[in-house]
Amino acid sequence: MATTLQASLDRLRATRVWKSIFRRGPAVTNRSRSQAVFGNLFLHWLPVKVREKALTVRASYYLGSISFLLFIALTVTGILLMFYYHPAVPQAYRDMKDLRFVVSNGVFLRNVHRLAAHLMVLLVFWHMFHVFYRGGYKPPHEFNWVVGVILLLLTLFLSYTGYLLPWDQLAFWAITVGSNIISAMPFVGSKMRFILLGGNVVGENALLRFYVLHVVVLPLAAFFFIGVHFWRVQKDGGLTVRSKNDGKK
Amino acid sequence: MTEKNKIETGFASDAQKNPQRVVFVTRNTSAKVTDERGPQVMTYPHLLLREAIALQVLVVALVLVALFWDAPLEQLANPLLTPNPAKAPWYFLGLQELLHYFPPFVAGVIIPTLVVLGLIVIPYFNVNIEGAPIWERRPEQHFRRYAAVIAGLTVFLALFDAWTVLAPTLLIGGLLVWSYYAKPEQSRAAEYLRGRPLSWWLMTWFVAVAMILTLVGTFFRGPGWSWVWPWRAYGA
Repeated sequence: MATTLQASLDRLRATRVWKSIFRRGPAVTNRSRSQAVFGNLFLHWLPVKVREKALTVRASYYLGSISFLLFIALTVTGILLMFYYHPAVPQAYRDMKDLRFVVSNGVFLRNVHRLAAHLMVLLVFWHMFHVFYRGGYKPPHEFNWVVGVILLLLTLFLSYTGYLLPWDQLAFWAITVGSNIISAMPFVGSKMRFILLGGNVVGENALLRFYVLHVVVLPLAAFFFIGVHFWRVQKDGGLTVRSKNDGKK
Repeated sequence: MTEKNKIETGFASDAQKNPQRVVFVTRNTSAKVTDERGPQVMTYPHLLLREAIALQVLVVALVLVALFWDAPLEQLANPLLTPNPAKAPWYFLGLQELLHYFPPFVAGVIIPTLVVLGLIVIPYFNVNIEGAPIWERRPEQHFRRYAAVIAGLTVFLALFDAWTVLAPTLLIGGLLVWSYYAKPEQSRAAEYLRGRPLSWWLMTWFVAVAMILTLVGTFFRGPGWSWVWPWRAYGA
């Protein structure tokens, strides 16, 4: 069984169609395996080779990878949720009720999105602390650490803007409390709050603005900076791997 | 003719006329490998296989938890009905806890700005970037300085009654003082702590304060931001 599957896969990989899609033959030599990475749009930001030590679980706990995978999961579930959502008062809240009582698996969809969002905030923080304790911010990785801080802020804003969208008491008052902090800024505080909320209180303008930020502006910004972040990991020479001399003077 | 040749020899010298030394090999030696970061493997398949496993484990975990843990949905938003306490999302509850002690300008603007700026400058802050242990150089002078900072922080936080900030500060500060007096051969903890650089201590203090504030704000604060025990119901 396994051999027939293997044989048919090999035959498939040798076809003209397969080669036309992947621009290479089967990845059996190191040369074709390199091509599999740098010749592929979706993989080309990865290095062709990685340190064996950087692959161990203890090196990273895969925290950055899992944060990225959560971002993908959030994009998929978020797009599905957008099919059922109107950023209007009070229709937004009715859509939540519809997700619960009318839409097939609507509760499950919302649960996955919310869980992945909280998990992503948690893991991005953990990722940052882990990178710090491993010394991953040291040269030549300085700028990628800064990009990471930007990504942390984007993650927080993404989560915060999504928090308002159900338009229930929890959402409304959490955003009211959070946005009140902005007005404590000297001189420009109340202006900044007005720009963010589209008014002086959390209302339908705020809902629309948070929605646009949550589904368009912030995900695009995050996507851009994730690209820079990955690309720099490769350009800066891969993950920080401890050499034998570390910690000994 | 001779002038021209003089200028060009540096660029396009004939190796047979002007041999240049490329490498110098002495007898009984070989090139030394200085890179000790270990061998490399191909990304395809070694890294991609692990990423695929991570994705599968993540999806299974997400689905399992999402099947049993429902996202909350309260009543329709009502600007006239303020819940008590009104809480921000959990990752901002540390800030909200700070707002309880300090004026909004300090807790809401200065401290978050300093935290973000502090995080950004970490790699550019060249002091002790090689990670020398904290008591390695001039220990007495440094100990006096750090002890003064801890004492000053303690007084400042006590003046503002900021007990939930003071507790983790005293914990980390106490460990720092203990590590100064402890003998490294006395215990593994002492040896470990004495080997940490100043940056480690600062970050650990920050992590401890942030975690305690977030946990207290999430689970231990009730009506009017009063202290409550999470296992006892309140309000209604």
